[in-house]
Amino acid sequence: MTDEAVRPRFRRGVKFRFDETRQAWVLLAPEKLFTPQGTAVEILKRVDGERTLDEIVDDLASVFQAPRDLIARDVEVMLRDLEAKGAVWL
Amino acid sequence: MAVTAPAATLEPPVALIAEITHRCPLSCAYCSNPLELERSAAELGTSDWLRVIEEAAALGVLHLHFTGGEPLARRDLATLVRHAAALQLYTNLITSGVQLDDRAMLALAEAGIDHIQLSFQDVEPERGDASGGLKGGHARKLAAAARIVAAQVPLTLNFVVHRGNIDRIPAMIALGERLGASRIEIAHVQYHGWALLNRASLLPTAEQLAVATAGVGAARARLGSRIPVDYVLPDYFATRPKACMGGWGRRAMNISPSGKALPCHAAESLPGFDFPSVRDTSLGAIWNGSEAFARFRGTDWAPEPCRSCKHLEADLGGCRCQAFALTGEAARTDPACKLSPDHHIVRQAIADAVAANDLQPRRIGLFGRAATR
Repeated sequence: MTDEAVRPRFRRGVKFRFDETRQAWVLLAPEKLFTPQGTAVEILKRVDGERTLDEIVDDLASVFQAPRDLIARDVEVMLRDLEAKGAVWL
Repeated sequence: MAVTAPAATLEPPVALIAEITHRCPLSCAYCSNPLELERSAAELGTSDWLRVIEEAAALGVLHLHFTGGEPLARRDLATLVRHAAALQLYTNLITSGVQLDDRAMLALAEAGIDHIQLSFQDVEPERGDASGGLKGGHARKLAAAARIVAAQVPLTLNFVVHRGNIDRIPAMIALGERLGASRIEIAHVQYHGWALLNRASLLPTAEQLAVATAGVGAARARLGSRIPVDYVLPDYFATRPKACMGGWGRRAMNISPSGKALPCHAAESLPGFDFPSVRDTSLGAIWNGSEAFARFRGTDWAPEPCRSCKHLEADLGGCRCQAFALTGEAARTDPACKLSPDHHIVRQAIADAVAANDLQPRRIGLFGRAATR
């Protein structure tokens, strides 16, 4: 399990922004492009190096009125995947 | 320029590869630039490039790669980077680093460069200098890497590997770690341009390749996600071709130093094309309307055995420039595929390579001499 006090952040050289042409969020890294959808976008919008994993999960559970443990699992799986792909630090 | 109706589902390009010059202080024999290199007088001017960058951003390009030749050979590089960064393009500089002094680094950092890919020819100074043809070049690359890291710009260390250096991959990866790279790229030579001319002296042996691939695997296991190591098996030793450029006219657009828009940097080697120029045609019109970008887009053009092959959607028939270089026909299946009727050409090239040792260094203006060898 990931430490819930950890503050997820994008790795240096990674940018998350909205693309007007595609009307979609894009995650840009060296030689890599990710196009997150739905929940993934909501999670990444909260990755700022300041909020803890715990705070991100709390916020999402409250905004989306969803069970906290379900959200916590989604967040962990997604951020772990992006960490393995070199886009975020946990 | 012939114009055809755009496909209804055509996505915008994700990448623009700006080959802003063919000039380069190095003369690597494995360079995949064309034999006929463009001189500085033929290059697009600053205002043309600034306009191209604006058109790219408007069209939906996300990554902008500055390459060449050596992009730092142009004095306006930082100006172009600043313009692209202001338009939110992700800017990547692909450089040999030998001209990356303190002033150049400061200018790039202030302009907002997002990432720098720095190439090394080898891990040993003498070998690196011999391969790049520049005495002291290796030392200048080491200094460049330190400047990039000090400027807090993410650094990818790139090694193009071939018979003469492939045995030192573990040391290459160790050098990347030591220099503070955030990513390491071990890239096999792509046999276009000068590299194709020098192929017989560059191809590794199957035994070298096996050791190299195992070495990368061990490094990846050790480094995990801390420093990703990018490595792709080379075409000549693979059984399936690669979806070159992610598909012809599908992901990327390449602009040559003089402003020709190409679906791939080697596409000018193909006969029978009228590649549009950004001097008189907008990127949008080129992407959506030019015959050159439409010709091999998708899979409708594909011949047998591709047409009835279950792998067609994945590899899109491979590389058009490689098909032409090896068979004389751009619309054939890439001979790198073991299902290609021309696959024996690749096998023969590997067999013929064993004893060769004669590298012709890359030089502007030596096309005639090189072509007659």
